[in-house]
Amino acid sequence: MDNRVFVQIIFYLFAVMTIASAAVVVFAKNLIRCAFALLFTFFGVAGLYAFLGADFLAATQMVIYVGGILVLLLFGVMLTHKLYDLNLKSETYQFFPALAVAIAVFGLLATVLLRARWHSSMQTSLDPTTAAIGELLMKDYILPFEVASILLLIALVGAATIVRRRSE
Amino acid sequence: MIGLGHFLIVSAALFSLGIMAVFARKNAVNVLMGVELILNSANLNLVAFSRFSAHNLNGQIFAIFVIVVAAAEAAVGLAIVLSMYRIIKSVNLDRADTLKG
Repeated sequence: MDNRVFVQIIFYLFAVMTIASAAVVVFAKNLIRCAFALLFTFFGVAGLYAFLGADFLAATQMVIYVGGILVLLLFGVMLTHKLYDLNLKSETYQFFPALAVAIAVFGLLATVLLRARWHSSMQTSLDPTTAAIGELLMKDYILPFEVASILLLIALVGAATIVRRRSE
Repeated sequence: MIGLGHFLIVSAALFSLGIMAVFARKNAVNVLMGVELILNSANLNLVAFSRFSAHNLNGQIFAIFVIVVAAAEAAVGLAIVLSMYRIIKSVNLDRADTLKG
């Protein structure tokens, strides 16, 4: 019984951390603050993955999102502002229409998701998933795996080509 | 007990916050952050259904592919933002209106 309460406390901790820092990403004025709030969102989602028994995915989230995508976004923030103006402001426009749309979307999603009768049953076992995921990727999902690697290659070469300075 | 619904609500909240960022922010990098929030919420749904409904790992595999596509998207998106900054000296999305008739 005590254990169950503990599990709930940890879940709500991660959920509140995720949503609160995502709200900071959306509403904060300072872009650097947005980027660091995004860090905590990714941490929170990784914690929720671990909560769902997806250990490999939690580690992947930390490595790729926090180590890769977030650093890339920070580079984007730094490179697109003059470094001497330290007020990296990001204004909002159409604030209230956007807020209305977001609340409407959330209301719709929450109603539908809570009303639907999902086939839901708790799986008791929490096995490590890394070996099974590797096996699935190399057997059932080998074609999507290769296509994804080609896609990454194309995207990175394309990105390098787009930002290259053209010397005429 | 923490069930499927809890995760779906967290994911719906993340999704609507991402929509809000995409609609309301002026800075292009900030819009990309909103897109990352949306992708994360979709991933959370996939993993939650994979655990509670399907009892297999297919949802997690999908989540891995979503992460791969998100990395590609971030790279290309930031490249576009950087070249936009080089051309119009701003990342304000309202200023990117050269195609407007």
